Amino acid sequence: MSAQPQSVAPTKPTRSSNIPWAALPFLIIITAMVLLALAAPLVAPVDPNTQNLLARLKAPGTVSRGVTYILGSDELGRDVLSRLIYGARISLFVAFSSVLLSGTLGSILGMIAAFYRGWVEIVIMRLVDIVLSVPAILFAIITVAVMGPGLVNVVIVLALTRWPRYARVAYGQTLSVANMPYVRLSHFMGASWLRLLGRHVLPNIAGSLAVVATLEFGLMVLFEAGLSFLGLGVQPPTASWGAMLSTGRNYVATAWWIATFPGLALFLLVLSINLIGDHVRDRLDPKAR
Amino acid sequence: MPIFFAKRLFQALIAIFGVMTLIFFLQRLAGDPVLLLVPMDASQADVDRMRIALGFDRPVAIQYLEYIGNLMFFDLGRSYVQNIPVAELIWTRVPYTLMLAAGALVVAFGIGIPVGITLAIRRGRPIARLLSALVLAGQSMPTFWSAILMIMVFGVWLGWAPPSGARELSSIVMPSIALGLLSMATFARVARTAVLDELEKDYVRTGHAKGLPMRRIIFRHLLRNASIPVVTVSALEIANLLAGAVIVETVFAWPGLGQLTIQAITARDFMVVQGVVMLGAITAIGLNLVADLLYSLIDPRIRMGAGS
Repeated sequence: MSAQPQSVAPTKPTRSSNIPWAALPFLIIITAMVLLALAAPLVAPVDPNTQNLLARLKAPGTVSRGVTYILGSDELGRDVLSRLIYGARISLFVAFSSVLLSGTLGSILGMIAAFYRGWVEIVIMRLVDIVLSVPAILFAIITVAVMGPGLVNVVIVLALTRWPRYARVAYGQTLSVANMPYVRLSHFMGASWLRLLGRHVLPNIAGSLAVVATLEFGLMVLFEAGLSFLGLGVQPPTASWGAMLSTGRNYVATAWWIATFPGLALFLLVLSINLIGDHVRDRLDPKAR
Repeated sequence: MPIFFAKRLFQALIAIFGVMTLIFFLQRLAGDPVLLLVPMDASQADVDRMRIALGFDRPVAIQYLEYIGNLMFFDLGRSYVQNIPVAELIWTRVPYTLMLAAGALVVAFGIGIPVGITLAIRRGRPIARLLSALVLAGQSMPTFWSAILMIMVFGVWLGWAPPSGARELSSIVMPSIALGLLSMATFARVARTAVLDELEKDYVRTGHAKGLPMRRIIFRHLLRNASIPVVTVSALEIANLLAGAVIVETVFAWPGLGQLTIQAITARDFMVVQGVVMLGAITAIGLNLVADLLYSLIDPRIRMGAGS
């Protein structure tokens, strides 16, 4: 190892254009998945829950009863490709609604904590510390054990366990914004707290919250798949990537395609989201590069 | 130092207390807590008898005090399905999960740290680009998918390692790698940032100025300073590893706490679920505490900041 000192000197990032070419392919992947999910009934070759017991565990490309199983069939003879497309709906729906719910809840609580200070601040931020110090999957497990599994419950679980992420960011950012002269002036002029937070504080902290939301979105996709994989999330026969993987695990020796394709879809989606998230963060916070 | 220590310990105790309270109210969120403890098809008379036997007919405040009191003396209750104390059930599984977590930590640390250092000192070079792509891939790889792929390739096709179970010593290799991959990415990121931060410091320039070879600057001086954030993250990552074990254990049929939890949920054995979650939460909070204390021991500046 004979690295020259020059090689370690911080290099200036060169930005010739504003178009994020490197992120483009991943943006295309995400867009394609969203479109496929939205148009699932139109693009899926067959109904995702139609069973064909004569065509169980058929390899990709098999034709049976006039249906071509492009990505193979599962243990009940259902088309893997169709289930994959419908599964995208579940993944994106759960991730989107849980990010929306936890983001809204967390941002509001964080802003309120920073704005009111005093005991409100202590209660909210202590709760944030507690929830963040325990791995989210533990809360998810006990909540599912109490409420039972299911699509709506998964969203509720994720919203309830992930809001502190946003609250912490909203809190910190609001603290610095709330003391800006124009905010204080607005306060003196008699603006209500709703107007203060909504008009003056929120626009200033929205960027940081958006970065958290992007990174959380990828995590939520993984969480939904993980819970469904464990049988704690979306219940059969609804197609979910996590549940498909769980089935595929039982057939690793005989039918590799059942676990491979949903895993690949999950990996591509999460990778794309993470890359875009990194990109957004780099733009907003060059220090984190 | 003692004041900081006491303050932080007190905070941790509050957090544990908070988690216990959260779980207590969560049980009652869905309605009747007795329904969590009886089989699905129990008759109303059985439910009522159970309610009185377990004391759920008393005021909530009394139930709460009893619940907290039992936990204070590490009494996690009884499994009504298997009819043995929950603590006993958990105890038999703990060694397996600890083994798995240790194996994963070795993988994550052993690969993640060198990769992170390389990423920092070879920044912008092809090797760093390649490694950072791999790190990102590792971070986006769902644990359960990489685990299944490993079973498929190494367990079934190549037959290098037993695909599941815990009968042989070699059984631990694949679960450790599967569990360690995610933390590996975290370690690489943290190590990279830490080393990059240190590279800009004056002492590195001084080292160059007096003609020290790069290798010596890095190994003798830089890594020692860069280790601070890495140590803290290690403590926090152990908590994540223990949580991630739930999925890895399910995939590999590894007889640890995670598998116990999932089996307990399926069998509607709520006391066991509650016990494991409680243990996990307390461990996580404890590790958080350790991370903070380590940080303040290594870098006294933190202590000052925390006092304000």
